[in-house]
Amino acid sequence: MEVFLYGLARSFTLALMAVGFSFAYGVSRLPNFAHGAFYILAGFITWIFVQSLGLNYALSIIISLALLAAIGAAMYRFILIRVRGMEVSEIIASYALGVAILEALRSRFVGTGFSTPSFIEGTIKVAGVPIDLQRIVIICGGVVVVGFIWAFTHYTKVGLSLRGIAQDERAALMLGIDSDRAATIALAIGSALAALAAVIILPVGSITVNEGYGVLINALAVCVIGGLGSWTGTVMAAFILGFAGILTATYIGSMWEAVVVVVAIILVLLFKPSGLFGRQKEFEERV
Amino acid sequence: MVTETRRKERLDRGVKVRTEKLYAVSGWQEIIYLVVPRLALILGLLILPLVMPSMYWQKVLCSMGTFALLAIAFDFLAHYVGLVCLGGALFTGVGAYISGLLSSSVGLSPALTIPIATLGGGLICTLLLLPCLPLRGVYFAIVTIIYPLAVVRIITALNIWGGTEGISALATLPNIWVEVYLILGMVLIVLFALRRLVNEDYGLVLRGIKDNDQAVKASGINITFYKAQAVFISSAIGCFCGAFLSCLYGWCGLSLFALDFSILPIAATVMGGMGTLVGPMLGACILTPLSEVLRAIGTWRIVLYCVILLAFIVFKPEGLMNWAQRKYHQFEHWEKI
Repeated sequence: MEVFLYGLARSFTLALMAVGFSFAYGVSRLPNFAHGAFYILAGFITWIFVQSLGLNYALSIIISLALLAAIGAAMYRFILIRVRGMEVSEIIASYALGVAILEALRSRFVGTGFSTPSFIEGTIKVAGVPIDLQRIVIICGGVVVVGFIWAFTHYTKVGLSLRGIAQDERAALMLGIDSDRAATIALAIGSALAALAAVIILPVGSITVNEGYGVLINALAVCVIGGLGSWTGTVMAAFILGFAGILTATYIGSMWEAVVVVVAIILVLLFKPSGLFGRQKEFEERV
Repeated sequence: MVTETRRKERLDRGVKVRTEKLYAVSGWQEIIYLVVPRLALILGLLILPLVMPSMYWQKVLCSMGTFALLAIAFDFLAHYVGLVCLGGALFTGVGAYISGLLSSSVGLSPALTIPIATLGGGLICTLLLLPCLPLRGVYFAIVTIIYPLAVVRIITALNIWGGTEGISALATLPNIWVEVYLILGMVLIVLFALRRLVNEDYGLVLRGIKDNDQAVKASGINITFYKAQAVFISSAIGCFCGAFLSCLYGWCGLSLFALDFSILPIAATVMGGMGTLVGPMLGACILTPLSEVLRAIGTWRIVLYCVILLAFIVFKPEGLMNWAQRKYHQFEHWEKI
């Protein structure tokens, strides 16, 4: 039971980390390799507002979400728009931006003494297992965010236009969808999702710069395993990785956790190169 | 909306057109036109160690050479095969650890450990990347990013091969001249060999894989095999750099898997001009001394590389070398529309 609960929390942590990247890439073909950096940046922005400036917690969360959305949109408007369509350049440019942000943060925030407060303090017992409420918040947040994104991309006009761009850009342009506007929105939402993940997850641990690279890797791992453009894939992959991680940590040893991620990726690539649930553009994108 | 009233017209110089064919040897002018840039590069690299003021700067030359090699390897893989490898640190790390382990446990001399690490490391890296070879574009980049970070975690977690301390007191190369000329000679050899390779039929297949792999596949060519060979070439170069560094410092450790070895070569490639092979070397020759001068600012160095990288990719995507080649080969003038 303990394994199940903590595995559940860990799975939703991974799903939250991945959902922003998956949204930006799976929906609008923009690899945002600055994802991990945005995550950590959001954490530090919230930390500054709450701890240094003493602002209301909820207010500072909203501010940091808005700021990150603006940063994401600006990244597209000023950088990625110039290299759109050249995949190599897109990756390098966004990765460079991410590394620049992380390394710049490293010079100011040294050590592990930074953490944001939990939403709700305390622990409860679920079926005899104590679990802190923040992990419950993560589970609920994960469900809500994934559900929201699914509804957004399936039932709203903007979301549908984003999917249209991803599936066939030319046809979408002919139907009057502005590709640049859609991409700006996609990156803004993707970055805001990274920020949202940060404010929900970070109270459990502390904010460190190295975590930024870890988040990027986790997001990428989830997307590779799940297959892009598939919501079930993202969630299922998060569950597979989350439970595999928890199970190895409890029964074999926590040092093997990192190995499991790599082995999982390689196995999936060997047997199903388009990911477990990837359908979109399977043939031309990958193999 | 501003309408342009003039455009830039570019024309190849007469001497360029003549030197492309047999007439290249028809006169001194043509021969000089062809030989001067190449000779300037070779002599420049060979003389550079002699004019360096101190031992310290000769060491800087050594690390410049390694970054130049890594940048050339990245450029080869990214722009001739279409595999963007964001984890170049995997190659240096593997090479360094192989040579370090051979040196510390078996006691081999660098003359043996470096070649073994180059070939063996290339083989190991190719085998590691083999599952990812069917992937292309973003997906390959995604997976290669993960490798060096995962290896670091595995080594720390298992506490093998010296753990976080690394392996120290390895056999080093006899003296600074051997070190500096070994690496610079290697840069020249790799540069000219790879340039030759990509212009042969073999290179044509590789570029075909980059542009349209389905068409190459349809011609009955096994693309995964070709990709594996290209990865082997590139990773062997990377492993040589790692082995060389471990012999240079007499130490190998986790920092050889560090981000520097992935990011700086990419920055050098973008700065020098993608797809030219010489350009990345030039970029490394500019960036490495720059980062030595800026050693005092610590972690801001990486920020600086990234900013340079972004500036070049956004505002000057052709890079220095493509620009210089254009100036060398072509006239330019404005023309009214």
